[in-house]
Amino acid sequence: MVDLPRRSLLAGIAAMGAAACSKINESETAKSLFKAAEDGHRITHRALAGKQGLAPEYSRAESSPTFRGNGSVTVADPFYQEQLARGFPEWKLEVKGLVEKPLALTLAEVRALPQRTQITRHDCVEGWSAIGEWQGPQLAALLDAAKVKEGANFIVFRCADVLYGRDYYESIDMVDAYHPQTIIAHTLNGEPLPEKNGAPLRMRIERQLGYKQAKYVKAIEAVASFDDIGQGKGGFWEDVAGYQWYAGV
Amino acid sequence: MKKHVLSTRLWHWVNAAAIIVLFMTGLNISNAHRYLYWGDYGFDPKDAWLGVIKFPGWATIPQHYNLALARDWHTTAAWPFGVGLLFIWVAMLVNGHFRRDLTTTPRDWTPGAVISSIKAHSGDAAAQGYNPVQRILYGMVFGVLLPLMLFTGLAISPGFQAAAPWLLDVLGGRQSARSLHFIAAWGIFGFFVIHIVLALIDWRLILEMFTGGRRADAAAPPAPAPAPPEPDAMPPEDGAPAHG
Repeated sequence: MVDLPRRSLLAGIAAMGAAACSKINESETAKSLFKAAEDGHRITHRALAGKQGLAPEYSRAESSPTFRGNGSVTVADPFYQEQLARGFPEWKLEVKGLVEKPLALTLAEVRALPQRTQITRHDCVEGWSAIGEWQGPQLAALLDAAKVKEGANFIVFRCADVLYGRDYYESIDMVDAYHPQTIIAHTLNGEPLPEKNGAPLRMRIERQLGYKQAKYVKAIEAVASFDDIGQGKGGFWEDVAGYQWYAGV
Repeated sequence: MKKHVLSTRLWHWVNAAAIIVLFMTGLNISNAHRYLYWGDYGFDPKDAWLGVIKFPGWATIPQHYNLALARDWHTTAAWPFGVGLLFIWVAMLVNGHFRRDLTTTPRDWTPGAVISSIKAHSGDAAAQGYNPVQRILYGMVFGVLLPLMLFTGLAISPGFQAAAPWLLDVLGGRQSARSLHFIAAWGIFGFFVIHIVLALIDWRLILEMFTGGRRADAAAPPAPAPAPPEPDAMPPEDGAPAHG
């Protein structure tokens, strides 16, 4: 009577103890376990908050005095530097991929779209947080203008910064793409974005961690799958370091 | 009647494994930004209320700094921890473990009760149910530390905040929640040390958490004496071989 649960318990504990070993980290079992946990968090968050549930917004008085720049804080590309010096007069934001009407917008055209202003908290994967006021058009408005085709499952952000010799990129699914707080910000705390924070345009995806907030955005691309982009994990840090694609935890 | 019912034993070992993984991966995650703040934001070490040491590799999972893997393990082990906590609370309320062993009366909080608890713990009285100190300590772990761990962990997840923005308000902001997560982790570590030391003093206690043990305070009439075993099955009394 007692023996069976005891044996299975001991076996279970031994397995969990062994699970801490580093070799198992690389195993397919561990990877599928991590994937299941990650999917579980995403599905649970969306079920509890709703697809359109809003991240908290703050007042100006609650903002942090400055906004930390992290990751890429400068872009080496000479064209970028020349545009930065002149206020990005010839910078274009492309909307491409699985869309019926590809777009290429100037910064002035981006600013002329209906705008959303939000004071939100930025949480870095490392643990720190900063609060700032962002302004820009909703990504949904651009996607609607470009008419996303059926079969598009993800939106990929192509960036001008290069880290460790690779182009930065990120991706989100359609739920976050059409979330009301998902904006392409050109303004931080009432000023044009500084270079360290992603000038001239950066993404705000307010229910995920900092590494999803792509900076120096050049193009927005609708794709069916990100398997063929970079190393296929959906983003720069996902490829380079193995960070979770769903950065909501 | 067993001293520890199956639900308690199952939860105990699953939770023990989950907590070890959570704690050691948590130390790895702490190494990513070793400063703690109060309030909603915080990124500048000069605003920190505490700068934490860099935890050495032997104390972390994995044994070297790897934020991605540490987070994978942490957010995976969070599932058995969180679901398990809900499970054991429901089980304790249903099977009476909570009412019988974890509730306290004002008298349990007096110095006299504490002294008599400590005296009793070394004797056979330990087996007669929980003494006041045990009730208070286990009550704090189940009622405060473990739920605080879970709720602060949920609160610092940017994807969860949309589901329960009130949680951040209750905890005083995201960086406060992160600080409380760290403090509660060390509170649980403190309990863990006391728990292990006391269990190692009498290793039968550990065995009982596998087998269930037998409850000493059986108020029911004594069970009828078991039928005498067949003579052939009788073990030799003196340890000498029974046959040649």
